Amino acid sequence: MKSIIFQTASKYLLPLLLLFSVFILLRGHYLPGGGFVGGLMAAMAFILHSFAFGLKETKSIVKMDPRHLMPIGLTLAIVAGLSPWFVGLPFMTGIWYDEPLKLIGMVGSSLFFDIGVYLVVIGTTLTIIFSITETI
Amino acid sequence: MELLLIFIIGLLHAAGIYMLLRRSMFKMIIGLILLGNGVNLLIFVLGRLVKGKPPVIDEASNVFTEIYADPVPQALILTAIVIGFGLQSFAIILIKRVYKVLETDDLDELNSTDEEI
Amino acid sequence: MIFAVISGFISAAILPIFSRFNKNLVPKLYPFIPLGIFIYLASYLHKVNTEGAQFWSYTWIPSFGINLDFRLDGLSLLFGLLITGIGTLVFFYTSYYLKEDKYLDRFYGYLTMFMAAMLGLVISDNLIVLFIFWELTSISSFFLIGYKNDDPSSRKSALTALGVTGFGGLILLAGLIWIGFLGGDFSFTELLNSSEIIKNHESYTWIIILVFIGAFTKSAQFPFHFWLPGAMKAPTPVSTYLHSATMVKAGIYLLARFTPLLGGTDSWNWTLMIVGGITMLYAAIHSLFRTDLKSILAYSTISALGILVFLLGVGTEDALLAAGIFILTHALYKATLFLITGIIDHETGTREVTSLGGLQRVMKPVAVAGYLAALSSAGVPLFLGFISKEIMYEASFHYGKWAILLTAALVITKIILFVAGFWVGVKPFTGSLPDEHQSAKMPSPLLWIPPVLLASLCLLFGVFPGILDRFMQAVFTSILPGAPEIHLAIWHGFNWVLVLSIVTLILGTALYLGLKPSQILREKVKAFDRVAPIQLIENIALGFQKFAEKWTGFFQNGYLRNYVITILLFLTVLAGYRIYDGVDVHLDWSQISEITPSEFLVVVLMVTSIFFAMITKTRTGVIVALGIIGLANCLFFLYYSAPDLAMTQFSIDTLTVLLFMLVLFQLPKNRSFSTNKIRIRDGLLSLMFGSMIAILALEVFEAPSYTEVSDYYAENAYLLAKGKNVVNVILVDFRGIDTLVETIVLVIAAIGVFSLLNLKLNPNKKT
Repeated sequence: MKSIIFQTASKYLLPLLLLFSVFILLRGHYLPGGGFVGGLMAAMAFILHSFAFGLKETKSIVKMDPRHLMPIGLTLAIVAGLSPWFVGLPFMTGIWYDEPLKLIGMVGSSLFFDIGVYLVVIGTTLTIIFSITETI
Repeated sequence: MELLLIFIIGLLHAAGIYMLLRRSMFKMIIGLILLGNGVNLLIFVLGRLVKGKPPVIDEASNVFTEIYADPVPQALILTAIVIGFGLQSFAIILIKRVYKVLETDDLDELNSTDEEI
Repeated sequence: MIFAVISGFISAAILPIFSRFNKNLVPKLYPFIPLGIFIYLASYLHKVNTEGAQFWSYTWIPSFGINLDFRLDGLSLLFGLLITGIGTLVFFYTSYYLKEDKYLDRFYGYLTMFMAAMLGLVISDNLIVLFIFWELTSISSFFLIGYKNDDPSSRKSALTALGVTGFGGLILLAGLIWIGFLGGDFSFTELLNSSEIIKNHESYTWIIILVFIGAFTKSAQFPFHFWLPGAMKAPTPVSTYLHSATMVKAGIYLLARFTPLLGGTDSWNWTLMIVGGITMLYAAIHSLFRTDLKSILAYSTISALGILVFLLGVGTEDALLAAGIFILTHALYKATLFLITGIIDHETGTREVTSLGGLQRVMKPVAVAGYLAALSSAGVPLFLGFISKEIMYEASFHYGKWAILLTAALVITKIILFVAGFWVGVKPFTGSLPDEHQSAKMPSPLLWIPPVLLASLCLLFGVFPGILDRFMQAVFTSILPGAPEIHLAIWHGFNWVLVLSIVTLILGTALYLGLKPSQILREKVKAFDRVAPIQLIENIALGFQKFAEKWTGFFQNGYLRNYVITILLFLTVLAGYRIYDGVDVHLDWSQISEITPSEFLVVVLMVTSIFFAMITKTRTGVIVALGIIGLANCLFFLYYSAPDLAMTQFSIDTLTVLLFMLVLFQLPKNRSFSTNKIRIRDGLLSLMFGSMIAILALEVFEAPSYTEVSDYYAENAYLLAKGKNVVNVILVDFRGIDTLVETIVLVIAAIGVFSLLNLKLNPNKKT
């Protein structure tokens, strides 16, 4: 699959798709989208890249074992869930920053929770696909 | 349309079960996936079909002003789809592994537990 | 009070750690636990005698009405003192008796646990708590009986005992719950007020049957008696403690405790009288045909338990009083006899009564204890046994028109028990010392002081029965509320009862002199073993096992398909019956949306792919078909307002196809194994299942939908969670914990895949 056209295309597609996945993630609270879909898209971006350049190349870009994304994402989600405790609210209550930020919109614990989900999905998908590719 | 969808749901279930009952492990996975699709569709249809009104609140207002699709089944199915992926990938890899080690895909040859693998 | 109960469990629990530091200290320290509790309980003697029952209550599971309620009245105190008092002696006795044993610390653990459970049983005022302690005694006695666990027969006896008492315990639980529901409370004290309601309820008969089975299994009544002789495989201290003085009396305790609640009806009295009567005669006669000291004692114990049940069944004032006193009497003399049996076994190495004799020359104090206990058991005047026997005869003698029959049964039993007691307590010590036992010597004081102490109590209470008056009054009152005042006395005047007593003594002496225990007698009755209850029950158990084997073999046959088929058939038949009963589908056509050409195209595509996936022989074909099915699904989501789903389904579909393609050539081929016949069968089955699902879906579709939940989420999505995409808000906010757990599942799946792929299976074998 190492055709020049494919390689060139995926070189530019990777950042574009990643950006798009973040966009999907952030808009999830207001419009269709969210952590799950965003995560899957980001994972697909990497997979596409690995098909074009080979797994090694992709891994060198990521510079991070996708397996590590899973605990990071989980921790983020749990911390986001726990955060209301600090202001005396029950587990998983949404707390929000009052003013919307530019580009991102409203920031609150749910957003961080969604980002956690996003990371876990990327980690899971990439771990599965990469480890299969490696053992073939 | 609902009737057609219900027909498809029945068909997916029947096909899924039929494949599950095969002796070949590969067909079993196919059956599992078909069943999963059938169940997702079932939940979706039972949540009533609404055309062109996603459960997203209008930009201008804070609550729904008109009829909307039921969000609860959608949330359920979304979860189910993602979990289904985890299950399918695990099953695929498991079968690949079993096939590699035992060199058979006939389930009838896999019914003893004592053999050391 | 709770500390007294719990301390036993705590000390049993810390014992493994404790014994690691200093194993030898265990037998020196642990006897002081029962001693301490004994003193603590004894301090309540005066209070209970004068003020009546004492109560303690600790909250446990209030929502079910289960609280740690404790009640200490005369009956509880009598049992509590016996448990801790005899417990203390047995604990000291064991410290020498099993001195060389490797697992002595473990033994103390079991023993302490048992004692705590037994204590909890007799003082708990809540039926459920009572049941818990009841089962704890069964479990701890299982460990104690099976203590010599390298001996198969010991293990078997332990299992039998656990099986019988555990089975009875579960039946008892049913009875207790039933009582609790009828009476509206699980507290025994509260229940006493609703005694009449329960007695007049139509299910009263069932309740007492359940309670009886519980009590009879525990107290070894006919036909459940057979576990007790087997339980004699346990070390002698255990037999002393569990199988004469305490645990087997738990059933008696239960019956006595429930007498004010359930007793007094004809069915109660006659059942107890008949079962108790059969047991006491049957077991007494059996004891004559034994030569092993412990076997003799086992059967005489069963017989004595039979007497107690019988007395509770007679149920008159005298009978209940006699039962109260006989509990004490029997515990004292039977424990003594067991203890001296242990000493004899320990010093001579045999328990065969035929080969024993003349031991009084070497162990005088033990012999004295034996004589005293035997005399008390025989009911000779000036012993406690005499007093209890007098009241017993008094009770049966005045029981209306059946008096003669009842009295005769009681007298015969007493005569035989006289002999049994003498065989154990007198015979080994009198006569000439056989040559092989010349080497027997005086045992350590730790062994002989306990029996001597117990035996002298028999004499003390017999000579001065007045000291028991007030305590026995308290015991009597708790079995029979509003009991008349009693005075225990040696001399009741010259009457028929005295004549009966004398007859018993004379005939007993005659039988003892005339009948020598021998192996020949034992052989003669072996022929009847075939119809003994133990044999019957063993056969039933065997039958059960065979049936279970067949049953399991039929359903657990190891073929995945068959499991699936079984489950499906069951489900289809069940739901099919429901559908057959009445399908009620009236489609409201106005609700149904029309079919647009593009949707119809998708439906056709999907149906085609499903069939293609089933028929095609190539793996690639199947995967492509699956991809199309997923995409079609995705389109449906898109048509009907679920953009989130469509996006997710699309991504997942792509990933699944990708995954399949990656491992495609390592997957097994898409082969067919089945014959056409099986295919048709499976096809029919799956068609049935599919249509059932479709019909059910139609029915649900038909039913009015409830949208409270959805409406709540929809209305509050922005107000509470500041989001406008309700699906996403549900996922990350309203049902956030679900999503959290879901991500954990995903991670587990990924770890599973990763480790499956990197697992090195059996490095020796090429994979």
